[in-house]
Amino acid sequence: MTKRERMLFAFSVVISAALCVPKRACAMHIMEGYLPPAYCIVWGAVCIPFLAAGVIAIRHLVEEKRRSLLILAMAGAFVFVISSLKIPSVTGSCSHMTGTGLAAILFGVPATAILGIIVLIFQAILLAHGGLTTLGANTFSMAIAGPIVSVLLYKLLRKTKLSQNICVFAAAFLGDLFTYCVTSVQLALAYPSPTGGIAASALEFLGVFAPTQLPLAVIEGLLTMVIVIGLQTYAKPELREIGFLKGDA
Amino acid sequence: MKKSKVVLLSLILVVLIALVPLFALKGAEFGGSDDAGSQKISQITGEEHEPWFEPVLEQAIGGELPGEVESLFFCIQTGIGVGILSFGFGYLVARKKYSKDEDQ
Repeated sequence: MTKRERMLFAFSVVISAALCVPKRACAMHIMEGYLPPAYCIVWGAVCIPFLAAGVIAIRHLVEEKRRSLLILAMAGAFVFVISSLKIPSVTGSCSHMTGTGLAAILFGVPATAILGIIVLIFQAILLAHGGLTTLGANTFSMAIAGPIVSVLLYKLLRKTKLSQNICVFAAAFLGDLFTYCVTSVQLALAYPSPTGGIAASALEFLGVFAPTQLPLAVIEGLLTMVIVIGLQTYAKPELREIGFLKGDA
Repeated sequence: MKKSKVVLLSLILVVLIALVPLFALKGAEFGGSDDAGSQKISQITGEEHEPWFEPVLEQAIGGELPGEVESLFFCIQTGIGVGILSFGFGYLVARKKYSKDEDQ
């Protein structure tokens, strides 16, 4: 098969997978008041070290790599835009993306945690979307767990011969999906199924999230890739400074 | 493939993925999430679940946020993001265009 044919085939697989899923409703962030208080505190506590590391990371960036602040602001803005767009999905309900993959790949997990929590606070207070009591759990899934997967996958793929763009796409794609896997597990821990326990409950929630989120994760991967291509073209010095591009300026 | 081609293809694909369900699934509700999520919880635990905390804004205005106002806030969020992104790219593109250093 030629390169073009292979791409066409891969595209058809994605489309068929997207169309075969059953019609169901979905959820995005965990809603206000839906996690028992104990879980809220635990998830919040888990986030604290990451947030502290994030403050430190951003301070270092401000002091040592001032030029890159514009890129950090743009990565934050990307999260703002992406997580505000509710997009209709194949399952007949809407969901939105996380947008944290870009920041994670460029600046690492701690800085991403800060960017993510800013967006989540904005949405929790003004939009009644997500919530202050579930802030910890949502921060962990969207701004910590997802980005960790993105960063690890990106580093792993860069060791292979795949082009940088494909690595970026895959990392953002999987980070987005993983965010919703974590959300399912978080809900399952709080609401285990009386018959099957936590695992059955997690699968149940995952069945709600995953089909809706799959096409959206593809969109997130593509958009992240487009932004990275733009940055590679116009912001080479900054990308070298933060170590995203190798070589001297 | 050339860079511009990749970008163009990606953007077209994004629009397609986002819009096709709207036309393919006529009559679907495309509802939000909150109700679906809470229904799922009651379905699993077998009893109605009462949230133990109401969103602060809903407490303050004593009811649900009107749909139009909610879309206003969402637009503000998108607007802030797009504003910063376009400022950044505008700055970077102009810098490359007018800079003498070829490597910029």
